[in-house]
Amino acid sequence: MTRRAIAVIFLALTALSPAGVFAKSELLNVSYDPTRELYQDFNKAFAKQWKQRTSQDLVVKQSHGGSGKQARAVIDGLDADVVTLALAYDIDEIYNKAKLIPRDWQKRLPGNSSPYTSTIVFLVRKGNPKKIRDWDDLVRPGVKVITPNPKTSGGARWNYLAAWAYALKQKGGSDAKAKEFVAKLYRNVPVLDSGARGSTTTFVQRGQGDVLVAWENEAFLAVNELGKDRFEIVVPSLSILAEPPVTLVDKVADRKGTRKLAEEYLKYLYSPEGQEIVARHFYRPYDKKVAAKYARQFPALRLVTIDDTFGGWAKAQKAHFSDGGAFDQIYGGARCLAEWGLIGLIGPIGPIGLM
Amino acid sequence: MGSFGTKNTVLPGFGPALGYTIFYLSIIVLIPLSALFFKTATLTWDQFLVAVTSPRVVASYRITFGAALFAASVNAVFGVLTAWVLVRYRFPGRKLIDALVDLPFALPTAVAGITLASVYSPNGWLGQWLEPRGIKIAFTPLGIMVAMIFIGLPFVVRTVQPVLEELDQEVEEAASCLGANRLQTFYRVIFPTMLPAILTGFALAFARAVGEYGSIIFIAGNMPMVSEITPLLIITKLEQYDYAGATAIATVMLVASFVLLLSINLLQKWSRRFAE
Amino acid sequence: MHATTTSRASKVSEPAAVRWLLISVALAFLALFLLLPLAAVFAQAFDKGWEAYLAALHEPDTLSAIWLTLLTATACVPVNLFFGIVAAWAIAKFSFPGKSLLITLIDLPFSVSPVVSGLIYVLIFGLQGWLGPWLQAHGIRIIFAVPGIVLATIFVTFPFVARELIPLMESQGRDEEEAALTLGASGLQTFFRVTFPNIKWGVLYGVILCNARAMGEFGAVSVVSGHVRGSTNTIPLQVEILYNEYSYAAAFAVASLLALLALVTLAIKTLAEWKIQQGLSINENER
Repeated sequence: MTRRAIAVIFLALTALSPAGVFAKSELLNVSYDPTRELYQDFNKAFAKQWKQRTSQDLVVKQSHGGSGKQARAVIDGLDADVVTLALAYDIDEIYNKAKLIPRDWQKRLPGNSSPYTSTIVFLVRKGNPKKIRDWDDLVRPGVKVITPNPKTSGGARWNYLAAWAYALKQKGGSDAKAKEFVAKLYRNVPVLDSGARGSTTTFVQRGQGDVLVAWENEAFLAVNELGKDRFEIVVPSLSILAEPPVTLVDKVADRKGTRKLAEEYLKYLYSPEGQEIVARHFYRPYDKKVAAKYARQFPALRLVTIDDTFGGWAKAQKAHFSDGGAFDQIYGGARCLAEWGLIGLIGPIGPIGLM
Repeated sequence: MGSFGTKNTVLPGFGPALGYTIFYLSIIVLIPLSALFFKTATLTWDQFLVAVTSPRVVASYRITFGAALFAASVNAVFGVLTAWVLVRYRFPGRKLIDALVDLPFALPTAVAGITLASVYSPNGWLGQWLEPRGIKIAFTPLGIMVAMIFIGLPFVVRTVQPVLEELDQEVEEAASCLGANRLQTFYRVIFPTMLPAILTGFALAFARAVGEYGSIIFIAGNMPMVSEITPLLIITKLEQYDYAGATAIATVMLVASFVLLLSINLLQKWSRRFAE
Repeated sequence: MHATTTSRASKVSEPAAVRWLLISVALAFLALFLLLPLAAVFAQAFDKGWEAYLAALHEPDTLSAIWLTLLTATACVPVNLFFGIVAAWAIAKFSFPGKSLLITLIDLPFSVSPVVSGLIYVLIFGLQGWLGPWLQAHGIRIIFAVPGIVLATIFVTFPFVARELIPLMESQGRDEEEAALTLGASGLQTFFRVTFPNIKWGVLYGVILCNARAMGEFGAVSVVSGHVRGSTNTIPLQVEILYNEYSYAAAFAVASLLALLALVTLAIKTLAEWKIQQGLSINENER
C-alpha cells in the first residue's frame, strides 16, 4: 500500500515537472467550456497522427473555462499556442488588448476561422408538456425559460441574439419590437446562471423551467449523457449561426517555437478525420462531404449570421451587452440614484447592525 | 488603564514582532491590494461614479451587505450556542460534530453551492417539503443568506471555542458561591469574557460573506436588482474586459468592509474596556 | 479537563433540561446547515457505487490535482502560522496606537472577494500588469503556474491563525508572562513554557482552519491557475471540471476527499488532547 502511495506521488511529480526535461513537444489549447469532450478526442487523434508522421511524442494540454475568462487569461500571459473560443469578440480582444495576434486573424483560416459551427436550439422535458415549438412559445405567460446571463456567458449571447433575430425577421419586425420580444422572454426567466453548463444543471438536475435555450451540441450532449428518456430537442424555425473560431496565438507560438506544430494542429481540424470527430461531438462540420454524411443528425433550419443581422460582434456587443446596452435596459429601468441611494443601502442594515 | 502602556511591561519582542507583522502584511496584503487602487485610479471621477452607482450595482450592495449582516448575526447566535454545547456538554457524537464544524472551509465553495442548491432547490431534499408550504429558498435572496450562513459558520464557533476552553471555571464557581444564579453568572461573568471573541467571529463571518462568490451563484438565481450579488457584477465587468470598472466596484466593497470591520474592532476594544 | 468539568458540574452547569434543550437546538441548527449538505455530498459521491468512487480518485488528472493541493497547503500553512503567532504577540500583549487599524488590515483578506484576490495578482504579475513583461523576458512564470496559486492561497488564508490567537491572547492578559520574566526566564522560554501552553488550542484551530481553507479555496485560485489539465488544477478546480463534464458522481467523489479532511481534523485533535494529557500526568509525576 505504501509503495503504491509512493508510486502515485512519483507519478504526480512527473506530471508536474516541466515537459522540457523529457524532450516532448507540447501544445496548449485554451478553449471554452463545451468543447472538453471534443478536444479530448481530437487531441488523441492528432497526437497519434503526428507520431506516425514525425515519430515525435506530442502532448496537447487543454484548458477550459468561460470563453471571456479564457481570453483574459491569454491576454494576461497564459501561454496558449492556439485558442479555440466561443465567439470572435473574445479573440478580437486578444488583438486589442495584448496584440498577440494580427488584426486580420479571422481571415487566415477557411469559414471565418471556424472549423465547426453550431446553432441555438431548445431542450424541453420529455413529451414536450408545454407544447414548445418555436420562439413565440417562449414568451407565452406561464412558460419558464432557462438561459444563462449574456453578460457573463458567451453562449448566452448567442441565445439572446437568436431570439432577437427571430423577432426582427417576423413580418413588421423592427429593433423596437425585437427588444420588446426579448424583454418579454427574459421576464419568463426565473434563474440566470453565470455559465452555460450552470444553466444545463439548473434545468436538468434542479428541475427548474420548462425549456432550456442551449447550443445544439450542448443539447445533444445533455440528452445523451443525462437521459434520452427525460428530454427532447426542439428546433425552432429560425436561429443563429454560431461560429466558434480558432486561431494560432502568434507571439506565444513564436516564443515557444511551436508555430509549425500549432499550424498543423489547426489544419488537422479541417481535415476529413478532424471533421469526423467534430461531427461526432454534434458540432456542424465545415467540410461539405462530412456534413452531408451527418445531415440526418443536423436538421436544416433558417440561420442568420451575426455579420448580416447585427453588423459583427463588436457592434452587437456594444449595442446589447455593454453597460447600459439593450440587455441592461430590459432589467434596469431608469430608477434615479437617490431612490436607491444611501438610505436604501442602510435601510436593511440598521436594525440588524444594532443586533 | 495605565498599566496597559507599552513602557510599563517587561515583555520582550515588541519591536521585532510588530516590525515583522507590518512587513509581512505589506508584502502579502497591502501592496497587492494597492494594485486595485492604482487600476481604479485610471478612471476619471465621473467614470468612477457611473461605475459604482449605477442602479444595478447599488441594488447589489444592498443585497450583499444586508444578507451578509443577517447571516453573520445568525452565525453569532448559533455559533456561540454551538461552541458552548461543544465545550461544556458531553453527548454522543460530540467529537465528530466538533470536527465537522470546519467543513464549510474545506469544501470548495463551488461544491458548497451545488450541494446547497441540491438540498434547498424545489426538488431537493428539503426544498420539496418547503416549496409546497410557500417557502422558496433556492433561487431567491433567501438562498444567498443560506449560502452565507454556511460559509461563515466556522468563524464564530472557532473564535469562541478556545476562549471557553481556557475560561477558568473557578470564576464561575466563585460567582455561584457569592449567590449569583446560573443566568446571572452567564450574563455577568461568562458573556463579557466571550464578547470580544464573539465580535471577532461576527466580523469575520460578515467579511467573508460579503466577498463570497462561488457558493452563492449556484443558489441565488442571480436576477438583476433582486438576487444579484456584487462580486457577480465584478465578474460581469471583467467579461467586458473592463478591468478598471471591475476594480472600481471592488474598491468600493473593500472600503465599505474596511469601515465596518474597523468599527467592529473599535467596538470590541471599547467592550473590553467596559468589561474591565 | 473532562474530569474537572464533571466534578464541578453541580455548581457550574445548568439543569439537565436546559442542557438538553441547548444541545438539541445547536444540533438542529448544525443538521440543517452542516450535516444535510455533507450527507448530500456523500450521497452523490456514492451514487454510482464504490468502484466508481475509487476509479474517480485514481484518475491521473485527479491525482495531480491532489498533489498540487497538498503542495500548496504545505507552502501556505507554515508561513501564515509563523506570521499569526508573531502578529498576535505584538497585538495582544502590547498596547500601541493604531492597534484596531492594524487588526482591521489583517482581517481585510477575508472581505476581499476571492475573484478580486486572484485579480490583484493578475494586475501585478500578468502580461499587461506591472511586472509581467519583465518576468516574461526572464522566463519566470508566476501566474498560471504554481507560484501564483501559492501566492493567492497565502493571501486568502492570511488572517486565520492571527485572528484565532488575538482574542484568545487578549483575554488571557500578560500577568503570567510578566511573572515568568520577573523570575528570570528568557523571552523565548517564557513564550514556550508559559504562553504557548495557554494558546495551544487556538494555534490548533488556526492551523486547521488555515489548512482547510488553503485546500478548499476555489475563486482566487481559479483566476490565477489557467486551468491547464493535469498541471495547474487543484482539487476544487478539478471538481468543477468534472462537474461541468456531467460526471456528477466523480465530481462529488473528489469533493468528498476535502470533506474527509474533517476526519483528519478529528484525529489530530484527539491526538493532541491525548498528548497534552500525557504531558500533564508526566509533569505531575515528576513533582
